[in-house]
Amino acid sequence: MSEGLYSMEAKDFDKTLDLTKIKPYGDTMNDGKTQLSFTLPVPAGDEAIEAAKQLMKKMGFENPLVVYSKELTKGFTFFNCYGSCTHTVDYTTIHVPKVESNSMDMHECDEYIREHIGRKIVVVGASTGTDAHTVGIDAIMNMKGYAGHYGLERYDMIDAYNLGSQVPNEEFIAKGIELHADALIVSQTVTQKDIHIKNLTELVEMLEAEGLRDKVILICGGPRISHELAKELGYDAGFGMNTYADDEASYIAQEMVKRGMK
Amino acid sequence: MQESKLGLDFQKVEHARGVAKRIADQVQDFVGNYTTVAVERTICRLLGIDGIDDNEVPLPNVVVDELKSKGLLGQGICFFMGNAVLETGKTPQEIAEAVSSNKMDITQLPMHKAEEIKAALQPYIEANIARIRARRQRREEYIATIGEGSKPYLYIIVATGNIYEDVVQAQAGARQGADIIAVIRTTGQSLLDYVPYGATTEGFGGTFATQENFRIMRKALDEVGEEVGRYIRLCNYCSGLCMPEIAAMGALEGLDVMLNDALYGILFRDINMQRTLIDQYFSRIINGFAGVIINTGEDNYLTTADAFEEAHTVLASDFINEQLALLAGLPEEQQGLGHAFEMDPMLENGFLYELAQAQMLREIFPKAPLKYMPPTKFMTGNIFRGHIQDALFNIIGQWTHQGLQLLGMPTEAIHTPFMSDRYLSIENAKYIFNNMKDIGEEVQFKENGIIRNRAKKVLDDATKLLEAMESEGLFTALEKGIFANVKRPKNGGKGLDGVTLKAENYFNPFVELMKGKK
Repeated sequence: MSEGLYSMEAKDFDKTLDLTKIKPYGDTMNDGKTQLSFTLPVPAGDEAIEAAKQLMKKMGFENPLVVYSKELTKGFTFFNCYGSCTHTVDYTTIHVPKVESNSMDMHECDEYIREHIGRKIVVVGASTGTDAHTVGIDAIMNMKGYAGHYGLERYDMIDAYNLGSQVPNEEFIAKGIELHADALIVSQTVTQKDIHIKNLTELVEMLEAEGLRDKVILICGGPRISHELAKELGYDAGFGMNTYADDEASYIAQEMVKRGMK
Repeated sequence: MQESKLGLDFQKVEHARGVAKRIADQVQDFVGNYTTVAVERTICRLLGIDGIDDNEVPLPNVVVDELKSKGLLGQGICFFMGNAVLETGKTPQEIAEAVSSNKMDITQLPMHKAEEIKAALQPYIEANIARIRARRQRREEYIATIGEGSKPYLYIIVATGNIYEDVVQAQAGARQGADIIAVIRTTGQSLLDYVPYGATTEGFGGTFATQENFRIMRKALDEVGEEVGRYIRLCNYCSGLCMPEIAAMGALEGLDVMLNDALYGILFRDINMQRTLIDQYFSRIINGFAGVIINTGEDNYLTTADAFEEAHTVLASDFINEQLALLAGLPEEQQGLGHAFEMDPMLENGFLYELAQAQMLREIFPKAPLKYMPPTKFMTGNIFRGHIQDALFNIIGQWTHQGLQLLGMPTEAIHTPFMSDRYLSIENAKYIFNNMKDIGEEVQFKENGIIRNRAKKVLDDATKLLEAMESEGLFTALEKGIFANVKRPKNGGKGLDGVTLKAENYFNPFVELMKGKK
C-alpha cells in the first residue's frame, strides 16, 4: 500500500485559515490535499508512475502519490493520485458576475407577478440549432420540473411554451413574435467544439437585426453556461448547473419590473 | 405456461399483446399503401447505387429526387430503373451516374412490360441479397468460432466525431470487456434527408453514420475481436429521415445492432409520423433479414415524462414496437425492446420499483434481448454518486437477465466518455455481474409485496392505455401526447413531403425477398 495512507509526516505548516491564501483542505487546514485522476499515453510501469508524479509536480503538487494505476489499453495508463497543492488564491478579492435577483419559490413568484405586473407573462423556450437534447429545457419548462423545483408550465402567472429541441433560430424568433414573448429561454447541451457559442451568437445577431433584442428578456442555460459567458454573448442572464425554474422565473419577473415592462 | 416470479397473470399479458396487435395492424393498413423518398433511396442502394455527384449529393438522392420532381415517385424507382437497365444494357450505377450528369432521363425511355422490367433487375437484386446474407453468415461463423460475451452484453458508446479516433476508443473498450460498440451519431444527422458519404473526421457530439465509417469500424472490431477472442458487435442508428437507408448500409457492411424505433423520431425529432411509420417498416424488414438486433427507444420517454408515474407508457410502447416489428418479419430474438433505470434516486424504494419493472419486462418479452438504459436524467455531475447509481442499475441488469446493458458513465452530463470513464464503467459492471451472478435464481419476491404489486399495476395501466388507443388508433394517440408527454400532429413535423401513395406500376421486390427470411 501507499505510504500516504497512514502518513506520519510532520505537519509543519501554518494551520490557520487565511482567506487571502486559501488552498485545498483534506483533513488539516492548509494541507493542500487534492485528489485527481488522469490518463497518460504511455504503457503501464515504473516509468509511467514516475511520469505521473513528475507531471503532478509541474502542476504544483508536493508529495505526489500515485495510489492506483492501470493500463486501459495498449499504451494508455490511468492514474488515481493525491498530492499537496502548493498554489493559493486570494479569496477576498474574487468578484464573480451574478444574476442580480432574489430567488423566490413558485408561489412567491406568482404572487410577485400578480402584484407587480398584473398579467401573465409569456415565456418561450427551446433547445435551438442542431442540439437534440431536451433534458435542459424540459427541466425548466415542464409542469413536473426537476429535482423538486416545479417547471414554468405549472406557474399560474406564466404562460410557458416549450418548443422542444432542434429548433432553428429563425423559427424560435418567429414563434416568440407570434406569442408576444416577454422572455426567451435558450437551452444548449451539446458544447463540443463550441458549437453552442456560434448558435447563441447567431440568435442575438438575428434578434438585433429584427430590432427585437431590447424588447425581450433573453436567457440562456445549460451545463456549460455561466452568467459571465451569457453576458459576454449579449444575453441578459445565463443559468448553469444547479439552477432551476424558480431561479429563472424570479429573474424574469424582477427584471421585467426593473425595466418597467407591463 | 411460463412461471412468473412476480405472480404476473399471463392471460392479461396475452390480452394486452392482442390489443397491441390490432393497433399495429391498423398502422400497417396505412403503411402498405405508401412509399417515401427514403424507401426509394434504400432500394437504389440495394440495387448497388452508391457514390456522390460533384456537389456531394448522394446518387440515390439524385435519382429519387428526379422522380419526385416529376411527380413520379409513386411509381417507384424499381419500375424506372428496371426499364432503364433493360433499355440501355447499363448497370443501375451507370444509369444513376448518367442521370446525375443529365445524360439520361429514365422517365422518358420507351417502356417495357412489367415482367421484363422485374427480370432485368434480378441480377442486381440477387447480388446484394447475397452480399447481405454473406455478412450475416460471417457474423454467425465468428460467433461459432471465436465466441461472444455473455448476456447482458456490455454496450458502450464512442463519440469523438472522428472515425479514426473512434477506432482507438472502440478497440480500447473491447479490450476492457465491451461486447457492443455504438458509434453515436453527430447531432443533427437524424434530420438530414440524405446520408453523407465517405470517411469523416468532424462531428458534434458524435460521428456521422456513413457507409465508409461503418466499414472502417467493422474492420477495427473484427481485428480486436480476434485479439480478445470475442465477437464485438457494432451498433449504429437506424432512425431519422434516412431510417431504411441506414438499415441497408448497415446490412451491407455487417452491423449487428441498430437503434430502430417506430415512434422515437416522431416524438423526439419531430419527424412526421406517417413518414416514420412507413420508413420503419422497410428498415425493420432489412434489419430482420440481416440478423440485426434492433433497439427501441422507450427509455427516452422517461427523460421527458416521469419514470414512476409514466412507466406504463413504456410497456405499452414496447408492446406496439413488438407487434410492428413482427409485422415486418423481425423475430423476437432480434427485438431489443427498450426501457430504463430512470427514477429520481431520492425516491424511497425506487430501486424496488425499477427491479419490478425490469423483471416484468423480462417475463413479458422472454425471448427479446431487452435493451436496458442507465440513469441519465438524474446524473448531476457528482461522479461519485453517479457511479453508485450506475452500480444499482447494473445489479438490476444482472438480476433480471437483461440482454443489452448500456453502460452508464460516471461522467454522464459532463462530457462524452473519456477512455478512463469507460474503463471505470466496465469494471463496475463486470464486478457486479460476476459477484451477483445467480441472484435472480436465488431470490423470490414476496407475495403482495412492493415489487409484485408494482409490476401488476404497471401491466394493468399499460393494458388500459392500449385499450384506449385501440379505439382511436396510434396516430390519434400520438396527437394527444400519450407517449413522453409529447404531442405531434399527423400532418406536422419534418419529412411529410417525402411521402407518397404507391401508383399502379409500383413494386419493391426486396419486401418479399427479405421479410421474415434469413
